[in-house]
Amino acid sequence: MKENNFKNSALKALKGLWTTFPMILGMIFLISLISVIIPKSFYITIFNRNLFTDSLIGGIIGSISAGSPITSYIVGGEMLNNGIGLIAVTAFLVSWVTVGLVQLPAEAAILGKKFALLRNLTAFFLSIIVAIITVLILRIIRF
Amino acid sequence: MMNFKEKIKALPGSWYFLLTIVLIYILIAVFNKEIYFASLYFFNQIIFKIIPIFILVFVLMTLFNYFITPKFIAKHLKDKGIKKWFFVIMGGILSSGSIYMWYPLLADLKKKGLNHGLIACFLYNRAIKISLLPLAIFYFSWQYILILTIVMITASIIQGILLNKLMI
Repeated sequence: MKENNFKNSALKALKGLWTTFPMILGMIFLISLISVIIPKSFYITIFNRNLFTDSLIGGIIGSISAGSPITSYIVGGEMLNNGIGLIAVTAFLVSWVTVGLVQLPAEAAILGKKFALLRNLTAFFLSIIVAIITVLILRIIRF
Repeated sequence: MMNFKEKIKALPGSWYFLLTIVLIYILIAVFNKEIYFASLYFFNQIIFKIIPIFILVFVLMTLFNYFITPKFIAKHLKDKGIKKWFFVIMGGILSSGSIYMWYPLLADLKKKGLNHGLIACFLYNRAIKISLLPLAIFYFSWQYILILTIVMITASIIQGILLNKLMI
């Protein structure tokens, strides 16, 4: 029997989505609740549209968050809908998927402690730089 | 055969997260119906918007699982020179499944000569998921996603070079 047939591939995809299902559903429930309870004006007090502080805060929140990239797009998209700036959202998205604090012990054990620490640290700082550059390029293109 | 208690214990943490949120909703339904219904309305709006996108994500994930296997990626990671960087980037983007599945393979390739920078570059590019593009474009714009992808690929190379220098 062929090891990688189409049915197996579909089942693997379904399994992948099913694994993220409770997290996605829970996140959407949580986002819905937060959007109703917390007024948009509140976010302005945290994210004041400053290039560096916004990307730093977004990067920190993304780094300590864990879960599938699917969830990060939904959370990031809804953050944007709630009036949070694109720089903060971009830093959040990038650090969510490139910094892995949850996986750090496994990464350190298999690939080495120094490598894991340096990789995550550089990924964090790069998330801020990536956010700033991406948004600046987008602004220039749309100008 | 597992009993009910064992089955509950075996549940992944994400299910506990969902259960906690559902319990919070039940409490809100008891104490503040206005917030409860407003939140549910918001929830329905998001869900109905993203269901069609998820169908497309499922199709793309199936296609990637079918055509791109760890064996296929590992084979190309052994290429040399600039070509190696190209395949590491492509490998990271096209790789799927849990990150834990990839650590042992990368550790094995490290023993066979894959340097720290290339491993870091591979891991960074795993953040770019082609199968999730429909969802990303739905929430953001294709222009934004295109720019972000290009900037992230560039950042992955910078991180690779940095790691190679820092790991000496």
